[in-house]
Formats: sequence, C-alpha cells, structure tokens
Amino acid sequence: MPDGILLEYVPILTLILVGLGIGGVALIAPQLLAPKRPSRRKQLPYESGMIPIGPAQRRFPVKFYLIALLFILFDIEIIFFYPWALQVRSLKTLALVEMGLFVLILLIGYIYAWRKGAFEWER
Amino acid sequence: MGELIAFYLLAGIAVATALAMVITRNAVHSALFLVLNLVVVAVFYLLLGAPFVAMVQIAVYAGAVMVLFLFVIMMLGAERVGGTTGLRWQVPLAGALGAALIGGTLFAFLRAPAGLAPVGSPPVPFGDPAAIGERLLTTYVLPFEITSVLLLIAMIGAVVLARDSGPEGK
Amino acid sequence: MAPFLVEAAIKSLILVLLLLTGFAYLTLAERKLIADFQARIGPNRAGPYGLLQPLADAVKLFFKEDFIPEYADRVLFVLAPLITLIPTLLIFAVIPFGPELTLFGYRTRLQLTDVHVGVLYIVAVTSISVYGITLAGWASNNKYALLGGIRASAQMISYELAMGLAIVSVVLTTGTLQVSGIVEAQRNGWLIFLQPVAAVIFFITGLAEIKRAPFDLVEAEQELTAGYLTEYSSMKFALFFMSEYVKMIGFGALMTTFFLGGYLGPFVDLYPGLGVVYFTLKVGFLIFVLIWLRATLPRIRYDQLMSLGWKVLLPLSLANVMGTAVVVALTA
Repeated sequence: MPDGILLEYVPILTLILVGLGIGGVALIAPQLLAPKRPSRRKQLPYESGMIPIGPAQRRFPVKFYLIALLFILFDIEIIFFYPWALQVRSLKTLALVEMGLFVLILLIGYIYAWRKGAFEWER
Repeated sequence: MGELIAFYLLAGIAVATALAMVITRNAVHSALFLVLNLVVVAVFYLLLGAPFVAMVQIAVYAGAVMVLFLFVIMMLGAERVGGTTGLRWQVPLAGALGAALIGGTLFAFLRAPAGLAPVGSPPVPFGDPAAIGERLLTTYVLPFEITSVLLLIAMIGAVVLARDSGPEGK
Repeated sequence: MAPFLVEAAIKSLILVLLLLTGFAYLTLAERKLIADFQARIGPNRAGPYGLLQPLADAVKLFFKEDFIPEYADRVLFVLAPLITLIPTLLIFAVIPFGPELTLFGYRTRLQLTDVHVGVLYIVAVTSISVYGITLAGWASNNKYALLGGIRASAQMISYELAMGLAIVSVVLTTGTLQVSGIVEAQRNGWLIFLQPVAAVIFFITGLAEIKRAPFDLVEAEQELTAGYLTEYSSMKFALFFMSEYVKMIGFGALMTTFFLGGYLGPFVDLYPGLGVVYFTLKVGFLIFVLIWLRATLPRIRYDQLMSLGWKVLLPLSLANVMGTAVVVALTA
C-alpha cells in the first residue's frame, strides 16, 4: 500500500478520537456535578404520566422491513453509479447504453413494487 | 512497519468483534458487533489500497444491510430469544466445520514453500473508482448487467414476501 | 509521521471546538429568529441580547440529574449519544473551508483531509449515521422513543437514495470524487445553475436526513412527546441536541460545497482568507433558510413523507442522472 494514500485517512482517526474525548467528558461530567436521587417512579418509562402498559419493544408492521429491503437493493444500484459516472466522459455511448439497460431492468422492479403498493403507507 | 502494526491491531479487533458477535446473547448487541466488524474489514480494504471497496463496504454492509438486520430484530422482538433450544445440533456441527476450516488453512499454510510469499504491489490505478468503472463497463459488462437482473429478482421477492395478505388472505 | 499526526490532531481539535461554538450560538440564533418570526422577544435575560444564554443552558444541563430508566439497555443508552455524535462530526473531515493558503509561513489547506474518494466517504458516513437515533429509541425501552427511532431510520434510508443520486449528478458534472475537485470545478459557475434539479433534490433530502421541519416527524411532540429523546436528560440530551445542530451546519456545508461553489467568490485567489468568509456566509444563509422553513411550514404526514421520497424524488433524481449523463456524453 502506498503510504501517501493511507495518510489521507489518519486525520479521520484523530477526529474520531477528539469527538470521543469531547463526548466522553460530556457523559462523565454530570456523574460528578449532578445530584442523584433515583426513585421508583422516576425510573419508570415515561408514558404521559400513566403507569406503562406492556413492554415497549413489541412487533412492528412488516412495512418497515419492506422499506429497508428495497433500500438495500436501490442502494447497491446507486453504488454502481459512482464508478460509472467517472467513465461517462470517456466511454460515452457505451456507458450510456450499458447503464440504460441496467436501469431499465431495475425499473421493472420499481414499477412492480409501486403497483403492488409497496410505497403506500395507508392501507 | 506501521502497516504491520496496524494490521495486527485491526486483526485483533476484527477477531474480537466477530467472537463477541457470536457469544453475545442479546441480538441487538450482536448486530452492533457485526457492524463494528464490517467497519474494521473496510479499514483492511483501505490498507490493501482499495478505497472504493472500503467505502462501499461501509455504505452497503455496515449501513444498509445491518439496518435491515436491526429492523428485523426489533420488529420480531427477537432480541430476547433465550437459550439455544431447538438448535442444539448446530453446536457440534459448527465446531466440526470450524475445526475443518482452521485445519485446512493451516495445512495450506504449512505446505506453502516458505510460509506465504509476499504478493507484489498491484498496478497503480488498481482499486481506483475510475479504473473500476472502466473495467465494469468493458471487461465485466455481462456480470454488471446480470447484477441488475439479480437485484430485480430480489426486489420482486421482497415485495411478494412482505405483501399484506389482504382481505381474502386473512 | 509524528509532525503529521500532531497537525492532524490540532486541526481536528480546532474543528470540533469551532463546531461546538457554532452549535452554542446556533441554538440562540434559532430561538431569537423563531421569536422574531412569531413577533416575540426571545431570550434576552442572560447578557446583552441574551448572548450568554447558551452558556447558561450548558451550565444548567451539567447540573441536571442524569438518570437511566429502569428497563433501559444501560450500555446502549449511554453509548447512543456518542454513536450519533461521531458520524455527525466525521462529515466535516472532507469539507474544504477555504483554498490553500499560507498560515504562519506554513502552506496548508483549510480542510482536514482531502480524501481521493471524498464523495464516497460522505455517502458512507451518512449511511452510518442512521444507527445513533435508532439505538437511542430502542435502548430507552419506551414506546414513544422506539416509535421515534424506527420512524427516523425509515425516513433517513428512504431519502438517502434520492440524495445519493443527486450526488451522482454532481460527480457526473464535475468528473471527480474528490471534494476539493468539486469546488474547483465550480470556478466557471456554481453547480446550482448547472444542476438545479439535483440541487433542489439535495436540499429536500438533506432536510429529511437532518430531520428538520417540515420533516421532523421523528419528534412530533403531539404524538410522540419527544421521540427518541423522551427518556434522555442532562448531558446525554445535550449531546443529541448538539448532534442535531451540528448536522444543520454539516448540511449547510455540504450544500455549499456541492452546489454553491464552496469557498469560491470574488478575489478569492488574491486573498485566500476571503474563502473562509464566503464559505461561512453561504452556510449561514442556508441555516437561516432552515430556520425560516421551520417557522413557516407545517409538518407533513408520514404517508406523504414516504410517497414524496419513493414516488417523486427517487424517479426524479434517477431521470436527472440519466439526462445529465446524456448531456455529458454528448458534449465530452
């Protein structure tokens, strides 16, 4: 690995460390400064003053799962656009036709998902 | 030298997070250890001079795929699944397969002439996004277009699987 | 290696401290501006014009009881603010605040690091920033918080797609993945004029990514009290609050860099220092627009949010990318 390129990423590491430092101070300081008076009621999950009913972590509509799945698929598609975008200038028509076909195939899936109501929230 | 230190440090973190992922009982914690593991692997790609793959690894695996995992875990309330009932037969099988993998790797390593010979540095534009784009659109057009078909199939599958059963299906 | 490390560390520290100050005064600016929009006075007790208000708020938050709800996942509850803060800060690593200039006889670029695949780095960091809020919601073990967290992540991933495609249009037009290259490519004209559609899409999706009005369903107080923030108090709350405001700055910085010519402006080659001024003014203007929008627009419904993202912005941005590609290929 040419060292020069790797050096580009060192400042990112220092930024993470500085961020963790600032965040760490912010998390620890109240432990020393703030009062601590826990009580049974205070520790209960907040539910607008009611005594909580049932667990909070319950099952969710499958819709969220579908959105996440479709997101992955389109995300992968978009990743292919980046290296392609750098080549449109040099490969011209070839790049256009190939990406056109790629997008067209995926468009079938997009239209199918739309027709099946994957993007409708109210049902 | 610096690279070697970085490698061993990262390798240690990668193995530790992978182990933690398997051992942790809580499924959400487990998923987060996997995210860490994937990020560390991305740093490996950086070390190997493949910044494009590294960034894609983070965006697609550590980002998109693991968000889906978290959604599924949260949606099913699977984080509190206790014990390993019903999956007991998997434990010895996993142990046997793992041992076979380690054995095979060791065998290949010891059989190699003098350890493993260092691989020469790749040509300069290797791993560069523009070079990847060029290859993708010329040499590897067919796999590129097939990827699109694969994504299409996955998309249709997702819609079919997650479809509401509707009034007649209930 | 060692002097390089020291330089990187000092730059990082200065960057974070500047962002902290920016955050503190942004809270005041927002309260003051919203007050003006609503014909109120706003904070004016602490110092002249309420200028010491952020300090007073900070001191107050440090001395507030910092409790963890009984059923919460203690580890993740504490880590979630950090997991939110770090990606927020990381965006700034590749943003050029000014051109190359000589500072104390030392040639340097006002950018933490000019990564070759900078645009992809931004995309990667954005995709990681979904975790903090989702985990905060989950770890709180509170119904409002969990709903807020899940809503937030579904909203963010839905808008990430159109945002990614808007960025692809930028890459197509400038032909580089390096952030400094994108700014320099705008010497002949800002990208907002060449790529107006992409600019509008980036603006809207950016609003949704940072969950500002009208996309602030995540903490819709009428239905979710405070969303994922419900159980947080003291400095943990402050860290989330800080992340949200730093995200505003980050959004302004990205929009400025991609579409408004970054640090470019008249005489910037003669006096490189001016670049920082231009950059700050542009970001400041965008932040003002964000606050203005918050004072003006009502919140949209969740189904509207989803259909805008998936049915309007995604196909529109895709069409924009393909159209741009045709133009680029024909004129190259």
